[in-house]
Amino acid sequence: MINTRVDYTLIAQMITPHARVLDLGCGTGDLLQLLKTTRHTQGVGVEIDEDAIGACIEKGLTVVHGDIDTELVDYSTHRFDYVILHESIQEVLHPKKVILESLRVGKKVIVGIPNFCHLTGRSQVFFLGNVPVTDELPHQWYDTPNLRFLSLNDFRAFCQREGITIEQQAALSGDRRIWLFPNLFAHVGIFVLSKK
Amino acid sequence: MIGPGKAFDTNHYFVICSNVIGGCKGSTGPSSINPKTKKPYGLSFPVVTIKDMVNAQKKLIDHLGIIKLLAVAGGSMGGMQVLKWSVLYPESVNSAVVIATNTGHNAQQIAFHEVGRQAIMSDPLWNNGDYYDQTAPTTGMALARMIGHITYMSSESMEQKFGRQLIDKEHVGFDFSQDFQVESYLRSRGDSFVQRFDANSYLYISKALDYFNLTDEQSLVEVFEGVTTSFLILTFSSDWLYPTHQLKDLIKALKINDIEVSSCEIRSSFGHDSFLIDNDMQTKLIRSFLKKITEERSA
Repeated sequence: MINTRVDYTLIAQMITPHARVLDLGCGTGDLLQLLKTTRHTQGVGVEIDEDAIGACIEKGLTVVHGDIDTELVDYSTHRFDYVILHESIQEVLHPKKVILESLRVGKKVIVGIPNFCHLTGRSQVFFLGNVPVTDELPHQWYDTPNLRFLSLNDFRAFCQREGITIEQQAALSGDRRIWLFPNLFAHVGIFVLSKK
Repeated sequence: MIGPGKAFDTNHYFVICSNVIGGCKGSTGPSSINPKTKKPYGLSFPVVTIKDMVNAQKKLIDHLGIIKLLAVAGGSMGGMQVLKWSVLYPESVNSAVVIATNTGHNAQQIAFHEVGRQAIMSDPLWNNGDYYDQTAPTTGMALARMIGHITYMSSESMEQKFGRQLIDKEHVGFDFSQDFQVESYLRSRGDSFVQRFDANSYLYISKALDYFNLTDEQSLVEVFEGVTTSFLILTFSSDWLYPTHQLKDLIKALKINDIEVSSCEIRSSFGHDSFLIDNDMQTKLIRSFLKKITEERSA
């Protein structure tokens, strides 16, 4: 079964056919499988969870058991056309280091981030005085894999500060593309990055 | 692991499994008869290495007329043979399944082996390896096996299996008889090993493992230059004899050489023995990996 999640399809459209792809935090490999089938990519995944690795290898994918924070140093410069960090950067210990290392290992880096400053979250902060717990961000503060909390604006500011070029960006709320005020209305932002 | 519907599915694959040279269950070893003297070789048998074992296996597949193997697979010493296969004959190996092993025996691994060898060699019945027409050095052999067996288990698996349980008694004896179940278990493992294994073979094979080191002459990155084999590397969380971190450099060397590698540390409490015990994850990973390699071959 090919996964047809809109964010996956969007990422697939951003990738050139036959590209070499490294997916950091590839989970059960649905995105890598989609890319392999529709874009004929040569993909490698990095994943920390044993059962997810089992699922990847069952799909015929190549995956290394490892930690995003320490895995990248082994790869030579521009070894991949794309390094993907989709819904994983908020879970790493050293996001800046990982993104900069990804920009060394990959010619381009695709980062997908959850938007912690979506309208629903903001209202919860403002009206309820709670740290947001929403359908998209379902975790309580005491039981969350997320270590980093950022908005689409925060991410853009980071790129500007680090001299990273945002080549393409897209914002999503569920299955819908968000064109107006994405930092308020989008749940997910996807960025294609490069660095001279 | 091997059979119809299993990880190495004999409905799909032709499985070749040969005993190693230096052993005592098929291929020639120190207990074999030297045709010149009509007596067992004993210590006159040449020292063997992992490379010799692989070269003998290569001769076997040449004899069988096989040009390229779909996969070479093995755990522990078998894993060392797989690694040696992949660097000696990369053109003959499509893929490699490397399980619970190391790229070179380290000081701790050599140390345990040395204790085992000393146990055998200090048994007076060993008689410098010349015991085939008299009683074998069974005391030394059993002791060597007991030491070995401890390194194959984990603290957790021993705790689960034995804990402090006593054998047929209510209280410890406060003498030097057997008290604990783990004692009698180790003794029985030692005794059963004596029945089926040759002491000299034990010495030769343990030395072959200790001599194994892929990086004797080159760095690991250089050793794998030009290799195109796909690798699946498996380790087990409770294996302290061949732990996962020892293969990090191997995975790194493969990545640097652009060699396809998948790896997984499988959760298991059985220590080094884990790879010999039926494990659903190990079965699934090997089965899926071989399926993928087969599909790529026929594409």
